Amino acid sequence: MNDDRPFDEWDRPTHGWMLPGTVREGHDRTLLLEVATRTLFPTMLVFSLYLLLVGHYSPGGGFSGGLVAGLAFVLRYTAGGSVGLGAVFAVRPPAIIGTGLAISVCTALVPLVLGVQVLTSAKLQVELPLIGVVSTQTSLLLDVGVYVLIVGVVLDLLRSLGSGIDRDMHDAGEVVG
Amino acid sequence: MLALVVAHLVVALVLPLLSARGHRPAFLVAAVLPAVTLVWALAHAGAALGPGVSESVAWAPTLGLELAFRLDALSLAMIVLVSGLGALILVYSAGYFGPTSEEATRSAALLLTFAGVMLGLVLADDLLTLYVFWELTSITSYLLVGQRGDKREGRRAALQALLVTVFGGLSMLLGFVLLGEAAGTYRISEIVAMGRAGEIGGGGMVSAALLLILVGAFTKSAQLPFHPWLPAAMVAPTPVSAYLHAASMVKAGVYLVGRLAPGFSDLAVWWVPIAVAGIGTMLVGGWRALAETDLKRVLAFGTVSQLGFLMVLFGAGGRISALAGVAMLLAHGLFKAPLFMAVGAIDHATGTRDLRQLSGLRHALPGLAAAAVLAAASMAGLPPMLGFLGKEAAFEAFLHEGGVRGWTIALGLLLGSVLTAAYSARFVWGAFGRKRGRDATPVHPPGRLLTVPVWLCALGGLATGLAFPVADALAGTYAAQYVPADAEAAEYHLALWHGLGLPLLFSAVAIGGGLGVHRLRRQVKRLSRRTPFDAQAGYENTVAGLERVAVVVTGRSQVGSLPAYLATILAVVVALIGPVTLLMGTWPAQPLYHQVAQVPLAVAVMVAALAVVRSRRRFTAVLLVGVIGYGVGGLFVVEGAPDLALAQFLVETLSLVAFVFVLRRLPAHFTGKPTRRRSQWAKAALATVGGVVVAGVAVVLSGARVGPASASDDFLALAPDGAGADNVIAAILVDFRALDTIGEIGVLFVAAAGVASLVLATRYDRRHSSGQGSPRHEEDVLG
Repeated sequence: MNDDRPFDEWDRPTHGWMLPGTVREGHDRTLLLEVATRTLFPTMLVFSLYLLLVGHYSPGGGFSGGLVAGLAFVLRYTAGGSVGLGAVFAVRPPAIIGTGLAISVCTALVPLVLGVQVLTSAKLQVELPLIGVVSTQTSLLLDVGVYVLIVGVVLDLLRSLGSGIDRDMHDAGEVVG
Repeated sequence: MLALVVAHLVVALVLPLLSARGHRPAFLVAAVLPAVTLVWALAHAGAALGPGVSESVAWAPTLGLELAFRLDALSLAMIVLVSGLGALILVYSAGYFGPTSEEATRSAALLLTFAGVMLGLVLADDLLTLYVFWELTSITSYLLVGQRGDKREGRRAALQALLVTVFGGLSMLLGFVLLGEAAGTYRISEIVAMGRAGEIGGGGMVSAALLLILVGAFTKSAQLPFHPWLPAAMVAPTPVSAYLHAASMVKAGVYLVGRLAPGFSDLAVWWVPIAVAGIGTMLVGGWRALAETDLKRVLAFGTVSQLGFLMVLFGAGGRISALAGVAMLLAHGLFKAPLFMAVGAIDHATGTRDLRQLSGLRHALPGLAAAAVLAAASMAGLPPMLGFLGKEAAFEAFLHEGGVRGWTIALGLLLGSVLTAAYSARFVWGAFGRKRGRDATPVHPPGRLLTVPVWLCALGGLATGLAFPVADALAGTYAAQYVPADAEAAEYHLALWHGLGLPLLFSAVAIGGGLGVHRLRRQVKRLSRRTPFDAQAGYENTVAGLERVAVVVTGRSQVGSLPAYLATILAVVVALIGPVTLLMGTWPAQPLYHQVAQVPLAVAVMVAALAVVRSRRRFTAVLLVGVIGYGVGGLFVVEGAPDLALAQFLVETLSLVAFVFVLRRLPAHFTGKPTRRRSQWAKAALATVGGVVVAGVAVVLSGARVGPASASDDFLALAPDGAGADNVIAAILVDFRALDTIGEIGVLFVAAAGVASLVLATRYDRRHSSGQGSPRHEEDVLG
C-alpha cells in the first residue's frame, strides 16, 4: 500500500485489506487463501442463516447452520490466524456456548409460564405488506439456541486446539505452521 | 403429623438467626416445639391407645409413593422419649453450652432437626418413609458427633458411626423392598397384620428380607458386632450423647424390631439372631462398662448392654415380653438421659469425667447425687422404679415360657442384669463416692439449667414406677398385638408386687450379685483387660481391607494402556452380542445394493478403511478416515437422507480440521519401534472379528423389524400440522424429541468445556513456573 501515488488515494481502504488487521509473519501468509476467505466468509455466514431458517421445510436446521457458520470461522482462522479471530469476535467462546444453551432452555421453559407443557410449540403468522403471509414456529427459537451453541463450540475448539497449540509451539520455539 | 415434622425442620432452619442473639434463647426456643409435640401426642393418647391415628400424604402418586404416618401405643412411647426428653435436653443444652461456644449455634439447629426427623421415624407407617427418616437421623448424628470437624478423634468417630449405620441402612432398604414386594404393600401396619395372619407368601424372600432388616436394626442399635461406634461417638458434647446416643436414636433399631415383631416373632429366622445378638450384646456391653474409667464411656457401654436387653425383649418373646419391652424402653430413656446429663454437670463443675480423679462429690453436690442415685436405682432394677417393673416382667416372660429357650434367655438376662447392677454401682461410686487417699475434688456449682432436667427425668422414672397402671395401659395396648400363650400370660400386668416367686428371686440375685461384683472391682478390672476379641479392630481392619481391595481393583482395571481398554471393549461387545445374533438373528433377504451409485462409494470406503490400517503416517490416516466419512455421507445421499448427509459432511470437515490442528504437535509417524508380531496378530484378529460382528449385527438388526414402523408413521402424520414442519427430521429434532436435543446440546457444552480445560490446562502442567489455577491459566480456560 503505497501512499505516494495519487491514484491510490481515492480507493484507499479505511480498514486493513488483509484479514488479521495486524499481519502475520510473511512466510505464513497465503494470499490466495486470504482473498478467498474475504469472499467466502460473509457468504458462508449468510448461507448458515439460510440453513437455520429453512430447517423446518428442507434439509438444514440449527445444527447444520451452526456448523457452516463455524466452518466459516475455521476458514478465517486458517487464513488469518488467531489474531484474525479476535478481530471478529470479542466475546469469549464459553459465553457464546452458554448463551445458546440458555436460549434453548428458556424456549423450553417459557410454555410452562404460559400454563402449558414444557417444550410446547406454537405457530406464529404475520401478514406483511407486499410479501404476504409469513409464518414460523416458536420452536425456531430452540434451533437458534442450537445454532449459537454450535458456533460457540467451534470457536472454543479453535481457541483451544488452534491458538492454544499455536502459542504452545511459539513458546517452545517451534515454527508455527 | 407431617406438619409437626416439617415445623421442626423449618424452625431449625431459622434458628441460626436467633443464635446470633445468644445461644441460650436459641436452645429455649428450640425446646418449645418438642414440648408442643409431646402435648399433642398426649392429647391424642386416647385415640393412640385405641385404633390409632393415621394420616397419609401422596408423595409421588404415579410411583405409588406416599408419606404415611400413624400414631399408636409404641409410637406414643417413643414420642415421650423423642419429644419429652428432647425438650428437657434442649433446655439442659442452654445451660451446657457456654455463651462463647462456637459449637452451640449449629448444635441447636441440628438437635432440633434431629428431633424432627426422629419424630418422623417413629410416626412413619410406610417402610420407605421410615427409611428416609432413618438415614436422616444417621446424617444428623454424623454432623453432631463430628462437630466442627477440627478434631481428628471427632471426625473418626463421626465417620465410623455414619459408615456402620448407613451400611446397615442400605441392607435394611434392600430388606424393605423385598418385604414390601412380598407383601404387596409398604404400609407397616398392613404388613404386620398380614404377617400375624400368616398371609405373606414367598417364604425364602421374607426370610432374606427379615435378616437384611435385622442388620439395619443391629447397626443402628449398636448390637454385637457393630457396637463400637456407640462408645466412640461419646466424643460428642454431652447433650448430644444424652439425646442421640442414649435416649432416642440408638433406640431406632429396637423400635423397628418392636414394630415388626408382632408379625414375625414366631419365625426362627427372626428370633434366633435377635436372641443371640441381644444377649451377647447385653453381656459384652455390661462387662466392658466395668473396665472403663471415663464416666461417659461407662454409660455408653451400659447403653450398649441395655440395647441388647431391649432387643431381646421386643424381638424374641410374646405378650409379657412385649410389656417388659415397652416398660424398659421408657425406663431406659428416663434413667440414661439424666445420668448422661449428670455427667455433663459434673464435667462442668469439676472439669473432669475420670472416675479415678473424682472424689467426695456426694457432699459437694448432694442434690445432683440424689437425682443420679435415683436414676441409677432404676437402671439397676430397684423397686419402686420403672426399671424394676420392666425387669420383673422380663424375667416373668421367659420363666413363664419355660423350656430350653425360655430358661436360656432368662439366665442370660439374669447374668446381664448382674452386670447392669454392677456398673450402676460403679457409676454411683465413681461419680459421687469418696476414694481412699484422694482429696475432695474442687467444685464450681452447676447452674439450675443443668440440674433441674436431671431431677425431672429421674422423678419421671420414679413416678411412672409408682403409677404403674399408666405404664401398663400403654404397654398393654402394644402387647395386645400378641396372642397370649395361655390364660396366665393373658392376665399378666405390670405391677410392683406379684407375690413371691422366681422373678422376684431373679431381681434380688441380680442386685446382690451386682453389688458383689462391684466389691471385687479390682479383680474384675484386671480380668477385663484380657479380652480375646476386639470389635473396634474388626471395624478398622474392614475399612482398611476395603481400601486395599479398591487399590488392587483400580490398579488391575486401570492399566493406562489404550490398546488394553479398546481390546476389553471389543471383546465384551463380541462376546455378548455375537453369539446372540448368531443364534437368534436371521439374515435379511435383501439385494446387495439398491442403486448402482452405492457400489463405487462402498468400494471407496472399504479401500480407505484397509488403507488406514496400513498407513504409517498420522496425516495419511486422518485423511483416509475423512475419506471414509465422506463416503458414508455419500451413501446417505444415495439412500435419500439429505439431512443426515449434510450433518455428516459438515462434521467430517470440522473433525478433519480439528485433527490437523492437533497433528501439528504430534510426531509425523505413529510409532518409532514396531510392535511384536504376535501381539500384532492378536490385535488384528480381534479387530477383524469385532468389525465383522458389528457389521453383521447392523445388517441383521436392520432386517429384524417385523411390525409396521408405528412411531415414524405418527411422526410423518403429525409433522406438518402438529409441528408445522414439512421436514420431518426437523420436526423430530425441535419438537417431538426436543428434550433430547436440549440434552444433547448440554453434552456438547460439557464436551467443549472439557476440551478447552484439558488442552489449556496441560499446557501449564508441563511448565514448572505456574501450575493449574494460576491467573493466566484461569484466563486461558475462560477465554
